[in-house]
Amino acid sequence: MEVRTALGALRLDMKVQIEEGEVVALLGPNGAGKTTLLRTIAGLVPIQAGHVELDGEILEEPATGRYVQTEQRSIGFVFQDYLLFPHLSVLDNVAFGLRARGAGRAEAGRRAMEWIDRVGLENRAGSKPAELSGGERQRVALARALAPDPRVLLLDEPLAALDATTRVAVRRDLKMHLASFSGVRLLVTHDPLEAATVADRLIVMEEGKHVQTGTPVEVTEHPRSRYVADLVGVNLYRGQADHGSVRMPGGQVLAAAGAEAGEVFAVIHPRAVSVHRAKPEGSPRNVWHGRAHGVELYGDRARVMIEGEAPIVAEVTPAALAELKLADGGDVWLSFKATDVSVYPA
Amino acid sequence: MRRERAPIWIAILAASGAAFFVVPLVGLVVKAPWGDALQSLTSTETLEALKLSLIASLSATAVSLVLGVPLAWIYARIDFPGRTVLRALTTLPMVLPPVVGGIALLLAFGRRGLVGSLLDTTFGITLPFTTAGVVFAETFVAMPFLVLTVEAGLRSMDRRYEDAARTLGARRWTVFTRVTLPLIAPSLFAGAILCWARALGEFGATITFAGNFPGVTQTMPLAVYLLLETNHPEGSFILSLVLLLVSLAVLVGLRHRWLGSA
Repeated sequence: MEVRTALGALRLDMKVQIEEGEVVALLGPNGAGKTTLLRTIAGLVPIQAGHVELDGEILEEPATGRYVQTEQRSIGFVFQDYLLFPHLSVLDNVAFGLRARGAGRAEAGRRAMEWIDRVGLENRAGSKPAELSGGERQRVALARALAPDPRVLLLDEPLAALDATTRVAVRRDLKMHLASFSGVRLLVTHDPLEAATVADRLIVMEEGKHVQTGTPVEVTEHPRSRYVADLVGVNLYRGQADHGSVRMPGGQVLAAAGAEAGEVFAVIHPRAVSVHRAKPEGSPRNVWHGRAHGVELYGDRARVMIEGEAPIVAEVTPAALAELKLADGGDVWLSFKATDVSVYPA
Repeated sequence: MRRERAPIWIAILAASGAAFFVVPLVGLVVKAPWGDALQSLTSTETLEALKLSLIASLSATAVSLVLGVPLAWIYARIDFPGRTVLRALTTLPMVLPPVVGGIALLLAFGRRGLVGSLLDTTFGITLPFTTAGVVFAETFVAMPFLVLTVEAGLRSMDRRYEDAARTLGARRWTVFTRVTLPLIAPSLFAGAILCWARALGEFGATITFAGNFPGVTQTMPLAVYLLLETNHPEGSFILSLVLLLVSLAVLVGLRHRWLGSA
């Protein structure tokens, strides 16, 4: 499947290719155009350029005027707030797609019931959506989307409408149900944990543009944008490598053991950054002077935001936080080893 | 809610406003000749008028639903040049003096009217002074209430439910009948009730276009007026009371079911 679109205000310009049987998560900040991209694939938002193609069939291509109506595309769509039809029972909701595609009442009811069994809601078939819990609604939405046997399953923030406690259980179920569906699965999320647990491959997008693609491990180990770096919680810099150092656009120089040549990203984990009140003497090759201007708790550690040669985050223990009085801000020195700077081509 | 005391002038004016509505209704109830009630109610003329009123107003509501809901859908969903003007024209009967509406209908559908003459010569159909003419006049006056209510309902509904139905393979007509209409059922119901109540009370356009023939075009409001004008004013009081009760029932029903009981 391949999608290339250019849309008015948002200027969505994406080329996405998804293989049969793959679970892909589209990850990006709010307003990046993730939902819009899903809606273009479904034909709910027209594209102005490019094309949408599924299994070799062009669904939409403005250049040739081709446009397959939403109802004729073989897609299942799980909407963010599920949009279960409030006037229909669970059974009728799940049977809706089968009925719409021409199945008789009895046949549609029987097949819908199978799906309701599969998502474990057999004793809720007669209930109205309003009587269900958030997690149950999500399962109905999934069953409803999958019942007509689509070739593509699109999920828009499938867990966003749930509270934190149910989310854990529902995420596990979702992973299981997604695994039992063999078509293309594309999931939109802004939650990196959700993306990493459910998907085989991540596509990161920002402001309508593609930023990075890779397995969850590749993306988290080698972030290529500030957004991903922030999600993963590491310091990311971009600069020009020159045999053992990286020069940033602002003129600052990082000592980095692995740096060779060319445009590179440099990542430093906050754990590797030490904070001092006096200028440290010692082996670390990178010693910066800066001002601490904020502290955030991060598990049992504290993260100190420091305005140094470049903005950097250091991770310290609460004991160190108290001893160095970092919460008060003020001048600090920080150091990190050249070997703790991970460098890879930009 | 916060306890608040009304300023004295607001209280006085508001009380006068309320009395303005309550006093006439009390008058109707108190002065009605209860002794003759049964006789007035069961007279052939009254029963005929009542029957005709029900048939005509329900028919007008049915016609309004069949034609008005699609019209409301077009207004809510399709952007076409002249939409604002057309909507204003179809809303006009709400503010137009009904007698003017009746005259307009006469000039259009009357025996020598614009379309009426064609209907007469081609199909031998005449509308004025027939029961069908009553339905025509009532529909003309009452349908805008339905169109406006349903349009508002369509505009405020969450259209993403329709998107969801389309991703499930539903064609537009299926989406409309199985998703859109059920979701706007409250507006549909409220619109139909308002429309029916307006049709039931219709007087001006009906008497102008359809005339006042007992059993054919004489609806309840017409019968009330006729009784008042002739030698039997007491009968009109009882019939008025019947109409009042019907209206009250509609209002109470609407309030409980759809307008919330604030």
